Amino acid sequence: MDVPQIGRSVLRKEGRAKVTGQAMYVDDVSPAGVLHGVTVRSPVARGRIKAITFDPAFPWDEFVVVTAADIPGRNVVKLILDDQPYLAHDVVNHREEPVALVAHRDRARADEARRHVTIDIEPLPPVFTIDEALARREIVWGADNVFKSYTVQKGDVDAAFARAAIVVEGDYETGAQEQLYIEPNGMLAVADPAHGVTVWGSMQCPYYIHKALAGLFNLPPERIRVVQMETGGGFGGKEEYPSVIAGHAALLAWKSGRPVKMIYGRDEDMAATTKRHPSRTRHRTAVTRDGDLLAMDIDFTIDGGAYCTLSPVVLSRGTIHAAGPYSCPNVRVRGRAVATNTPPHGAFRGFGAPQSLFALERHIDKVASAVGLTPEAFRRRNFITFGGTLAVGQTIKEPVDMGGLLDRALQLSDYHAKRARFARENTSRAVKNGIGFATFFHGAGFTGSGEVHLKSVVAVEGTIDGTVRVLAASTEIGQGTNTIFSQIAAGALGIDPEDVDVAQPDTSVVPDSGPTVASRTCMVVGRLVESAALGVRHTLVDAGFLPAVSTRGEFQTACRRYVETFGTLRATSQYAPPPGLVWDDEKYLGDAYGTYGWAVYVAEVSVDTRTWETRVDDFVAVQEVGRVINPTLATGQIEGGVAQGIGWALYEDVVWREGRMVNSQMTNYIMPTSMDLPDIRVYFEEVPYAYGPAGAKGIGELPMDGPAPAIFNAVADATGADVTRLPLTPERLMDLMERP
Amino acid sequence: MIVNSIINGRRTPLEGHPMARLLDVLRASGFTGVKEGCGEGECGACAVLVDGALVNSCLTPLAHADGASITTIEGVANQTRLHAIQESFLECGGAQCGICTPGMVLAAHALLSRHPDPTDDEVRAALAGNLCRCTGYMRIFASVFEAVRRLA
Repeated sequence: MDVPQIGRSVLRKEGRAKVTGQAMYVDDVSPAGVLHGVTVRSPVARGRIKAITFDPAFPWDEFVVVTAADIPGRNVVKLILDDQPYLAHDVVNHREEPVALVAHRDRARADEARRHVTIDIEPLPPVFTIDEALARREIVWGADNVFKSYTVQKGDVDAAFARAAIVVEGDYETGAQEQLYIEPNGMLAVADPAHGVTVWGSMQCPYYIHKALAGLFNLPPERIRVVQMETGGGFGGKEEYPSVIAGHAALLAWKSGRPVKMIYGRDEDMAATTKRHPSRTRHRTAVTRDGDLLAMDIDFTIDGGAYCTLSPVVLSRGTIHAAGPYSCPNVRVRGRAVATNTPPHGAFRGFGAPQSLFALERHIDKVASAVGLTPEAFRRRNFITFGGTLAVGQTIKEPVDMGGLLDRALQLSDYHAKRARFARENTSRAVKNGIGFATFFHGAGFTGSGEVHLKSVVAVEGTIDGTVRVLAASTEIGQGTNTIFSQIAAGALGIDPEDVDVAQPDTSVVPDSGPTVASRTCMVVGRLVESAALGVRHTLVDAGFLPAVSTRGEFQTACRRYVETFGTLRATSQYAPPPGLVWDDEKYLGDAYGTYGWAVYVAEVSVDTRTWETRVDDFVAVQEVGRVINPTLATGQIEGGVAQGIGWALYEDVVWREGRMVNSQMTNYIMPTSMDLPDIRVYFEEVPYAYGPAGAKGIGELPMDGPAPAIFNAVADATGADVTRLPLTPERLMDLMERP
Repeated sequence: MIVNSIINGRRTPLEGHPMARLLDVLRASGFTGVKEGCGEGECGACAVLVDGALVNSCLTPLAHADGASITTIEGVANQTRLHAIQESFLECGGAQCGICTPGMVLAAHALLSRHPDPTDDEVRAALAGNLCRCTGYMRIFASVFEAVRRLA
C-alpha cells in the first residue's frame, strides 16, 4: 500500500529524549538498596579448576558471593547447544570465563573483592588458531573441535575443474572485530523465590534472555520478566551475551534478596564478551578463456571460540553468501566453525557474510585479471539475473539488476576517469591513489526455515483515546525500530505516526516477535505490524464504525467508540512464509532467504608508501533494498555500516596474547573517528518487495559486507599488492611491500 | 569535600572525595545524561562544559569543579524549547542509539560558541574526541551545519 507515511523522514520517535539526555539506559536507574555485581574470571585459557579460594583475611560477610553451587536450575546458557556454563565449576575453556560473582553496595569494594578470590587451575594445553583447531593435536571441544560444518553443492565441481582453461586460487583471512557499542553491557535484576526473576537491561533479544533465565532458575515462563531499557548500540554484540550478564545479575539478586546491577567496564566488555568470528577462506575458481565462471570451490572456516553460542548460524550465513551474486553452474562451498580457547565469538552485523564476501570480492578481481578482463567486465558477464540460480539452488524470482547498480555506482564515483588518472599519476608519487569496488548481496531475515520455526507474533491495539499501540519484542537499539513501526502502522491505518505508540519491550506485555537481528525487524516484523494494524482496521470496518476509506479523525472516533462498546480492540499477526518458499535443512538447498538486498560499493583510497597508511578518500554506496520507509534513518544505517566496514578493513585489530585480547581499551583498539572517514555517499534504488511492509526489505547488515573488499581492491589498484589479510594495518602492508 | 559549582545555571553543591570523578558525582546527583563509555577519556560520552570548555568528566577530579560553571546535556534546552543544535540532531538523524548524543551535542555547542560558521575540517576536528559507532558521523556533520544555519 503506497501511503504518504512511507518514504518520509519522520522524526525519530524517541529522539527528543535522546538529544536532551532524558532517555533512560540501564545504568541510569538505581533502585534503593541496589548492590553492584562483579565477575571473577578465569586467568588461564584452558584448565581444570582445583579450588576457588576466598582470602580468609577479607571481610566476606559484607559481600554476596555466588558460585556454580548456588545455581537453582541448570548451569547452561540456553541457546543452540547447551555447552556454555553460566559459571565454570570443573573446567575453564577460555580466558575471562566467569567462575564466581560478587556483589556489594559500593562498586569499588566489589571490584576490590574480586582481587581476593584465587582460582587455582591446573592448566591444559590451549588451542588458539584455526590451524591448531583443525590439526586436532589437542581436542578442546566435542570429538573433533568442530561445532558445525556445512556443504553446499551445485553441479559437478570436480568435472568442471578437470576441463577448465584457467584456474585461479587465493587464500583470505579476516580478524576478530569488537562491536564497540558505546554503551557497555549492563543489567539490573530483582529476584527471589516468591516473586520470580525480573531483569531490565541493554539488549537486542528479550525472549532469548527469557528462555535462558527460565532454565537457569528452573522457573515457569510466567515467573520470568525481561524488560529492555534504552540500549546504546548493539550491532549483534547484545544478541546473545546479555543472557549471560542477566543470569549473573539475577543469581546475585536471588541470593541476596536485593536488586543487583551489573555494568561492565569497557575493558571487561571488550575482553570477555563476543566479537566477530575470525575467518579463513580458500578459493579455487575455474573460468573459461572468455571469462565465464565454470566452477567455484570454496573452503570457509570460522573460529567460534570456546563455546558454540551462535557459531552454526553465523557459519550458515557465511556459507550461503560465499559464492556471491553470481551465476555459476558448478559450486561447492565447504564451511566449518571450529573451537578454540578464546572467548566465544558471536553475532556481529553481517553474521558471517562479511567474512566470506570479503574473500570472494577480493578474489573476483584476481580472477578477472587472470583472464585479462577488467573487474567490471568480468562481473558483468557473470552476474546473477532474474531466473538465475544461486549456489544453494535458489532461483531468483524477482527483478535484480546488478549491472544497473554497477553502472550507477561507477558513474557516481567517476570510477573510470579516476582509475585512468591514478594509473598515470601514481608512478611519480609517494602517495598512491586507487579505486576499487565490490558487488554483493545480503539475504534479509532468518536463513532457510528460520522464520517458520520462530513463528513471530506482533499485536496492535486501539485505545480509548484513539491512538494505536504496537506490541512487539523487537528492540530499538538506535536503528529506528520505534519510528518505522510507527510509520508502517500509521500507513496501514491512515493515521499519523504521532498517533502510534510503540510499547517498551517487556516480556510480560509484548508477544515474541523474535530476536532483533538478521536484518529482519523492518521486513519481517514490520510486515507483521502492517498486517496486525490492518487487522485493527478491518475490525472497525466490519463493526460498522469506520468507512472503508477514512480520515485520521474518523479512525480516532471509531477506535474510541469501539473500545467504549467492546472493551478491547486488538489484532495479532503471526508470521507466514511468502508462498513458494522451499528450504531443505538436510541438503542445505532451496530458498535460503525470502529476498536479498543488492549493492555495489566503490572506495577510493590513498596509500602513503612512506608510512604504509591507507586512507579512504571517497565512498559511494549504491543499493537496492526495496522501498525505503524513512530516508534519513535508512541513510544513517548505510553510513554507520560503511563506517564499521572501513574500521574492520583498516583499523580494528584485535591483538591476542594467550587467548586474551590485550588491546581491550578504546585507547589501543582503534575505531574510526570523525577525522578518519571520507564522505560516505549513499544512494538507493527502490524496487518494492511484494512481501515486505509497503515494499521494504531488510537493510541493517548489507552495508557491512561491501566496504572491506572494495577498499582492498582499491589498495591493490594503488599499489599492485595482493592484499588478502584484514585488517590492513600499515605494519601488514609494509611487510607485504618491503619484505623480499 | 563539598564543592560549590553552578550546574546548568543553578548553584549546586556537589559532595565527594576531591579526587572522585566528576562523572560519578554528576550522575549520582541526578545528571544521568552524562554517560560513561570508556572511563579513560577516549569516547567523549561523558563530555560536559566546564566554564565553557569541553572536558571529559571521567578524567576530571571533583576538586576541579569548585567554583566552576558546568553545563550538562540537561542544561542545553530551555524549559520550553530544544536548543537549535538539539533540534538539528533530531531532524538530521544525528542521534541513533543516543548514548554518544549528549557529549556530541555539547561538543557541537562548544565549537559553535567559538566558531559560529565552521568549515568542514573544523567540524570534524571539533568532534574528533567524541566517538559514535552508529552513524558513521555523516548525519552528525549534517546536524552541526543545520544548527549553524538556524543559529545564523
